[in-house]
Amino acid sequence: MTAPLTAVTRHLRRAALIGSLLLGASPALAEAVLNRGNAGEPQTLDQAHTSINIEAFILKDLYEGLTTHDAKGEIVPGAAESWTVSDDGTVYTFKLRENGKWSDGSPVTAEDFVFSLSRIEDPKTAAGYANILYPIKNAEKINKSGLALDQLGVKAIDAKTLEITLERATPYFLELLAHQTALPVSNASFEKNGTDFVKPGIMVSNGGFKLTEHVANDHLTLTKNEQHWDAANIKLDKVVFYPLEDQAAAVRRYEAGELHVNYNFSADQIERLKTLVGDEVHISPALATYYYVFDTRTAPMDDVRVRRALSMGIDRDFLAKEIYSGSQQPAYGFVPPGLPDYGAPSVADFATKSQLDREDDALALLKEAGYGEGGKPLDIEIRYNTNPNHERVATAVADMWKTAFNAKVTMVNLDVSSHYAYLQEGGKFSVARAGWTADYGDPENFLAMNTTSNVTFNYAKWSNADYDALMAKSNDEKDPAARAKLLHEAETILMQEQPVAPLLYQNELWLVSKKVKGWVDNANNEHPSRFLSIAE
Amino acid sequence: MLSFVFRRLASAVPTLFIVVTISFFLMRFAPGGPFNLERPLSPQTMANLNKAYGLDLPLWQQYLRYLGNVVRGDFGPSYIYRDNTVDQLIGMGLPYSIELGLWALGVALVGGVAAGTFAALRQNSFLDVAIMTLSTVGVTVPNFVVGPVLTLVFAVTLSWLPAGGWGDGSLRYLILPMIALALPQLAVFARLTRGAMIEALHTDHIRTARAYGLPARTVVVTHAMRAAMLPVVSYLAPCAAALLTGSAVIETLFTIPGVGRFFVLGAINRDYTLVMGTVVLIAVFVIVFNLVVDILYGLLDPRVRHE
Amino acid sequence: MSDLAQMPAVLPEAASRSLFQLAAMRFRRNRAAMAGSVALVLVALFSFLGPLFISHSYDQVFPSYVSVPPSLEPRPGADSLQGAISSAATRARVTLQAFEVEGQTFIATFTSDAAIDPRTTRYIDRANEFDDTKVTETRDDGRTIVVEGRVSREYFLFGTDSNGRDLVARVMLGGQISLAVGLLASLVSLGIGVLYGATSGYLGGRVDNIMMRFVEILYSLPFVFLVVVLVVFFGRSFILIFLVIGAVEWLDMARIVRGQTLALKRREFVAAAQALGLTDWQIIRRHVVPNTIGPVVVFVTVVVPKVILLESFLSFLGLGVQAPLTSWGALISEGANNIQSAPWLLIFPAIFFVLTLFSLNFVGDGLRDALDPRDR
Repeated sequence: MTAPLTAVTRHLRRAALIGSLLLGASPALAEAVLNRGNAGEPQTLDQAHTSINIEAFILKDLYEGLTTHDAKGEIVPGAAESWTVSDDGTVYTFKLRENGKWSDGSPVTAEDFVFSLSRIEDPKTAAGYANILYPIKNAEKINKSGLALDQLGVKAIDAKTLEITLERATPYFLELLAHQTALPVSNASFEKNGTDFVKPGIMVSNGGFKLTEHVANDHLTLTKNEQHWDAANIKLDKVVFYPLEDQAAAVRRYEAGELHVNYNFSADQIERLKTLVGDEVHISPALATYYYVFDTRTAPMDDVRVRRALSMGIDRDFLAKEIYSGSQQPAYGFVPPGLPDYGAPSVADFATKSQLDREDDALALLKEAGYGEGGKPLDIEIRYNTNPNHERVATAVADMWKTAFNAKVTMVNLDVSSHYAYLQEGGKFSVARAGWTADYGDPENFLAMNTTSNVTFNYAKWSNADYDALMAKSNDEKDPAARAKLLHEAETILMQEQPVAPLLYQNELWLVSKKVKGWVDNANNEHPSRFLSIAE
Repeated sequence: MLSFVFRRLASAVPTLFIVVTISFFLMRFAPGGPFNLERPLSPQTMANLNKAYGLDLPLWQQYLRYLGNVVRGDFGPSYIYRDNTVDQLIGMGLPYSIELGLWALGVALVGGVAAGTFAALRQNSFLDVAIMTLSTVGVTVPNFVVGPVLTLVFAVTLSWLPAGGWGDGSLRYLILPMIALALPQLAVFARLTRGAMIEALHTDHIRTARAYGLPARTVVVTHAMRAAMLPVVSYLAPCAAALLTGSAVIETLFTIPGVGRFFVLGAINRDYTLVMGTVVLIAVFVIVFNLVVDILYGLLDPRVRHE
Repeated sequence: MSDLAQMPAVLPEAASRSLFQLAAMRFRRNRAAMAGSVALVLVALFSFLGPLFISHSYDQVFPSYVSVPPSLEPRPGADSLQGAISSAATRARVTLQAFEVEGQTFIATFTSDAAIDPRTTRYIDRANEFDDTKVTETRDDGRTIVVEGRVSREYFLFGTDSNGRDLVARVMLGGQISLAVGLLASLVSLGIGVLYGATSGYLGGRVDNIMMRFVEILYSLPFVFLVVVLVVFFGRSFILIFLVIGAVEWLDMARIVRGQTLALKRREFVAAAQALGLTDWQIIRRHVVPNTIGPVVVFVTVVVPKVILLESFLSFLGLGVQAPLTSWGALISEGANNIQSAPWLLIFPAIFFVLTLFSLNFVGDGLRDALDPRDR
């Protein structure tokens, strides 16, 4: 193995270099550096392979999609300065910025976007998230059945004009284009460097920053991209992302003043931090639902009365207030609130009742179904993936079911891979934990998970013809209001049947130092460094 | 001696082969795969991924293919850190783990042997009790408690040292993780040294040496120390191998960019190749340090000969 | 010399009994060791018999007392009763007019815009602070009710955890699991390790080479995977956990015993035993193993805490005993994460943990001194 040896020398050289810098150079004049605590090491910086938000924070600072998010998390023009949409909503024509450049000074072209989007759909790339761009014409066919790449509905009309054709009108398409998978890769750089294009020193990017250093599990340094079309308004010279796997350790580093911003910390800390740093604690609603799934294939969970009763027996206020110290919201609908065009979710009918009334109703339902006092005993097993928070929720829910229904509740936890492999491969269970965070701001992203045809996501194996029909119909409905109505009807059925029992709508927890200016809490959880600055 | 070393190194090859084989198949028995994520992939995407990584082949073919690559020094691509190969990941992380591990090993060995010797020489004195009590604290308090406490005191409250990270690699950044890493090992060395030292001081040849009126220092340093080092040296091999290949807990708590966390991370995420790479790395370290220890044994105790 | 004199080959029965008696006598004279033994017994009694004397079970949730600090005073305190009744009123959607506490009973008056459902009392009973609430008076067409009930007082000497469970009960349970895992796993590793190490070191040569190569192979095997695979195949059982840990921990033991044996076998008394025609097995059993006892006992005192720590590392990864069961290690790792906001979650399990391991050390040292035959 020669690799470690060269790495040792490189490492030593780097240490020597930094040493000489420290000795020789006087402190650089008030360089504006933002230190961002990020909840873990990015697994990849490749647009085709990224899947998690800690990667998105970095990638969206490095690259700019056709559309992008502003400080408020709203969609604004990015690499494209304007666009037109055909009347039927299926053809988008983007005009790229004339002064749009890669960090090496070469122009950002329509060809780059054609290349990047084709690369994601190419089955050989094996992109885990290829399905998110399926609304593009032929994307699904290319990705699944190997249709020729040039059949993709993305065409470069000229160097600065891009035309994207969709399978059907997709109301949330502009949102999709700001997703990290739709960020461009420089065609030239990829041709030259292959998959090494993600490495520091090689990567060329078109966003507000460029990658200058990456030490896995230590830090990732981004410096201002002078070639960016809006460079004059970018106030930070450097952004350093620190991958902090351990949440308690991250908070300690924040308290020690080593971080300006930290993403995610344990809810137990909220009270203490609020007294310590006050309004530096930011709690903002996220588009995410924490829920329990019932295995609808087997007794007793095949009985809607049992599912409803168990769901009613969960005191969601307790979970939100005590288990999560008020950092999450009780959930009675599957789609989180805060989605434009959809409004408040359609909640379960018991949402308006008090917890005691719910328990009375639940006992009556169970009795009707033949369980509880004098009936069959209720044996429940809660499965969850290993995590202290999930364990606390399961412990609390187990106690609620024991107290209210005299049920026998056991708990089983597995590591994340085993847990989801078990659910995805259709293993039998009674109750299991799951969660979902929106990829893009549309209710379809949540509701489509429960259709009969969705074999991977529909852990409950629930099948309801009316629901499936409504979802199919909503796909073809072009009028946003009519579509929202269909989706609401579907959600009402889902909440009536309770194959899934939503427990909590999740919030994002941030620590943001008072020195950081330009921070705006938003439901999309987008906080591009481009719009932030540091006041000393 | 040289032929002994050579033979030992040659016999490492079958050892490594067995390690690779056992862990390869053991791992595949675990449920789930590298692509079973919280965010499920569509069956087609999963198929694409399995194909891209050759995971769709029959297991024995994957095994042969893997063996072939390992022989050429290629441990394959990492499934979680997709931008890197396992060779690159280990190459990047190992220098950090080794640097931190060497510091910790030095502190633990020197501190532990010194403390143990002092305690043995003043058996049952206040010093002995104090050293042994402190070393007991070292073994009893888990490193996931020591780490947070150290950072709270020295970084958050006193602001003397950084709370984590490798920074510029200067000693400031290394002190806290080094202490947390060294403490339990230091305690073990101290206890082993004390125990063996007391025993050595009671053996006949030390009594004889004393009876001859040799200076106490000479007796301790040249005679007793030599005998007392046997259990210490014995423990040195597993200790050094463990310290130099990094600690998952310490590296996570202090954000050290080493290789220690790869093993647990790889295991939990079913990153087969990363775990295999780490397993082979640990195996190599264990083999090398055992060899070193056996040679040391021969030097320390003339009765042990390597024929 | 003395080594030869203590050879029990001639009269093994009588000799070993007197040796044991001598050792026991020496051990009893060692005050630290005796104190350690007493502490160990007390901790064991606390863990195993304690649950019989407390009213809270380890998985009982007190929703009103989530993460309350430890206190010698019973809860609720006078000040928190007002808060508890107000929050019950809020949940019942009625207004609290008056609230009084006298000794063990309380009287509260509620009003509302509409007639109040008498079931409202259940909201009050639901709070852990109140019990047996009854409506004693109804006025204004049911829009005002007066209720009376008992104040229920609970002691949480160690405080409660983030689920509202009594930490005393949790620490007791953790002690049962940790002590059991520690002892059983150490016994497993002790048995395998001593026999293996002594055999390997004594036989030497090719056998030693093969046996030690096998240890090296085991050393480098992925422990976490081994556990993951076993736990998933056979379920997460307590027995499995100590067997797995024991099966891993004997490696160090074997190496140390082998090192000692290598040195021992050149000694005169082993040669003498060989000359007397004893078989290898007899020599290992009678001469090699007893003479390695010093370092072995020292090492056991290191192994028990190590096993307990290893178990906590497993818990840390979610591979320890299945919740709601717990161990000291799991409690401590949970406490370490809340060190600033809820320090008692770390302090109490840590006190028991450290006390136990300290005692084990003193006992270990005492045993070593007592068993060391050369110290006569």
